[in-house]
Amino acid sequence: MFKKIGFKLTVAVGMTALVTISVFAYFNIRSDRRSLLAEMERHANQLSEVVKSSTEYDMLLNQRDRIHETIKRVGNRHDIKRIRVLNKSGEIIYSSDSTEIGKMVDKNAESCTKCHSADRPLERLEIKERMRIFQIHPDSSRMLGIINPIYNSRSCYESDCHVHSKDQLVLGVLDVTLPLSEVDKDIRRGQIEIIIFALSAILALSLIIGFFVTRWVDTPVKELLSATQHVAGGDLNYTIKEKREKLSDARMQLFQSDKLASLGRLAAGVAHEINNPLTGVLTYSSFLLKRTQDQPEIQEDLKVIVRETIRSREIVKSLLDFARQSVPKKSEADINEIANRALSVVESQLSLHHVKLVKTFSSDVPKVTVDANQLQQVFINLVVNASDAIGPEGGTITLSSTLLSLSPIGITQIKKAQCPKRHSLISADVRIDGKPSIRVKARSNGTEGFVYLDPMYGMKGHQHGISFDVKKGVQVMCPECSASLMVEHKPCPECSSPIFAFEVPSKGIVESCTRMECNWQHWEVVDASGQKEFVELKISDTGCGIAKDDLPKIFEPFYSTKGQKGNGLGLAVIWGIIDNHNGTIRVDSQVGAGTTFTIRIPVKP
Amino acid sequence: MKSQRDILVIDDEQVIDQAVVKICGSEGLSVDTSEDAAAALKLLERDQYRLILCDIMMPDLDGFGFLAALHRMQITTPVIMATGYSTVENAVKSLYCGAIDFMPKPFTADELLSVVHRGLAYGRLTEKGHSAGLAYVPCPSKYYRLGYTSWSAVEQEGSVLVGVSDLFLKTIEGIRSVELVSSDDEVVQGNSCAVFTSLNHLVHSVMCPISGRILEVNTAAASEPAAIEKDPYFQGWLYRIVPSELEYELQHLVPCSSDRV
Repeated sequence: MFKKIGFKLTVAVGMTALVTISVFAYFNIRSDRRSLLAEMERHANQLSEVVKSSTEYDMLLNQRDRIHETIKRVGNRHDIKRIRVLNKSGEIIYSSDSTEIGKMVDKNAESCTKCHSADRPLERLEIKERMRIFQIHPDSSRMLGIINPIYNSRSCYESDCHVHSKDQLVLGVLDVTLPLSEVDKDIRRGQIEIIIFALSAILALSLIIGFFVTRWVDTPVKELLSATQHVAGGDLNYTIKEKREKLSDARMQLFQSDKLASLGRLAAGVAHEINNPLTGVLTYSSFLLKRTQDQPEIQEDLKVIVRETIRSREIVKSLLDFARQSVPKKSEADINEIANRALSVVESQLSLHHVKLVKTFSSDVPKVTVDANQLQQVFINLVVNASDAIGPEGGTITLSSTLLSLSPIGITQIKKAQCPKRHSLISADVRIDGKPSIRVKARSNGTEGFVYLDPMYGMKGHQHGISFDVKKGVQVMCPECSASLMVEHKPCPECSSPIFAFEVPSKGIVESCTRMECNWQHWEVVDASGQKEFVELKISDTGCGIAKDDLPKIFEPFYSTKGQKGNGLGLAVIWGIIDNHNGTIRVDSQVGAGTTFTIRIPVKP
Repeated sequence: MKSQRDILVIDDEQVIDQAVVKICGSEGLSVDTSEDAAAALKLLERDQYRLILCDIMMPDLDGFGFLAALHRMQITTPVIMATGYSTVENAVKSLYCGAIDFMPKPFTADELLSVVHRGLAYGRLTEKGHSAGLAYVPCPSKYYRLGYTSWSAVEQEGSVLVGVSDLFLKTIEGIRSVELVSSDDEVVQGNSCAVFTSLNHLVHSVMCPISGRILEVNTAAASEPAAIEKDPYFQGWLYRIVPSELEYELQHLVPCSSDRV
């Protein structure tokens, strides 16, 4: 725990707060204390001046009783400790404490030291120096004393009593003592308050920082860490909620660009190297074909050579096209014929592996517009895969072709989807049945999440990254710009829940129900076009089958179960070729029983 | 006096040189070969050729260097570049550098004969042009051409019209049929986008001048090739394309305005 970044961050921020707030509190307490004492000093000074002036007149008239009375009365107030007047020799003449009167004060006593500490008594005292703070006993409360010297003046030595002579400078001292217990209490209270404030501020700050660090740093780091461990352990499908998008985006891009870059280099290299020998074969064989037009028996064989060399040329080219993400050269062709040609290429290999071939080609299959070379490559690859799956014991590969007429539901793939602001909603990272899904953001009841829609129109393979109840309200929006996709005033015709819609560029609008359990979808353009014709080609084997976990991954580039034998490009290329023909390819498999690949190519592209 | 020969083949692969000798020889053409460009330049000092076939990727002096050397020596013999698919971009650049045509490798005997046939016709037509007026209509000045084969014209909406040049039509000497790719297909610059079969049964691939997606196909022209021959630059267009890399690709096309200086 102490090694965790979150803890360290919290401690660091807490320590910084501690130091800053402590320094602040220290200076705050000091200035508080100073201002309170200064106030007290001012008050004491005022009081002593008031006592002095209120007794002055009585002094001149030498009315000692009145002076006694005044001093006693004022001095007995609870906020005044003592008032006394000393004469020059240190005798207490008046005092609020009458028992003191007539006693001599020790010149070394605290009230005298200000003037008498030097050898010769000072005659003038600065106002600051007349103050003193002292304690009678070490445990008693603090006192503030102020001495106010009573200077001689003309009225004093000229008054009738003739107590003072003219040559005296200082006649005596008025000594006022005030208790500081109240002020000290205030100061202490202030100190305690500031300390409490400082401590709670530090605590609160640490807690807040701790909370956010945990939330923004610690938890994601922990998730990443566990994801790293999962991935390191071989679970490449492990996903992290929320961050999944960005991470897998980055990973896929890195993966794709890296693989494609090296593949591109490889392809260009291979193409250049192989082109020259291929040119030799092609020029000579085609020349021979021209020269032997009168020898039909040679012609047949030569035609095979020329045709297969041209096919090699197309393979080289399609390898480059794959790197360049280019498109097929289509022309009208018969699928049965292409399949037959593919089989003739691998027939000898199949019989070597004791594989029995069963062909059930339907004769009413119409011609389709396809790239015959690419499709032939697809069929050869699938048959070779099937033969590999069967292994040395032998088995059966069945090829069948049929003409299908299908309703667009479940067979039309939504390949492009965009929000009103034209952000693409297609997500290649989350694939449903191997096809990029349509990603939208859903907000319901304060929570937000992604919903991945099945790209096959009308199919039910949606994945909800968030669970919600439409009764509590739901908003569906673009994950990029949060533009709403909701359709107002048009409830789902099946369950009356609100619906949302997105645009398929140049192919109209697809509407969808928001309720998780409802699979209602409506695509006007496609529904209107009615039944669609497809040529379906099935390639089944009685081989080892594909594990259920592997099925969604087999069309990914560089995914291979053949180990060193395959390069993993096969099925990804096949998928790309079929996709370029606007067709679909599906795989059904059962471990131990066999695998069936079903290819559907639209009759009208 | 230089002796007159038909074809000079320059390729570092001897097997290709020999194949060209055999195939063209069977048509009664005289062919000399050279395994490197420097030796070929020496042959050109000695003899006169009607057509040169040259590989782009060669050790030492490559196809581009050879074209530059021809230019310095003021040799105007038409040059056809041969190259693998991997270097179609290079081939397009070589057309900008003065080659008249290119032939992707590997090629069949028929493909070679078609290209050679057109190349020889090109030599005749352009030579005639110098002496007795133009034997063909050059492309309009705002157009861009790929070699002498195809042209492209940028329309106001951003789409691009693509067609074949009059000189190309003259070199194939009469169209028998035209085969076009279909709408919505992607075409790539320098790759074949149409196949013209001529009256003499030769099959000619038309290189597309611009990459992009086909928006519209001039089906009328495809069914009535005479319309293409009559007005190749306007009524006889082949495709309307949504270009994918127009800016970049225009750099490698020759502006037709430069033909008129």
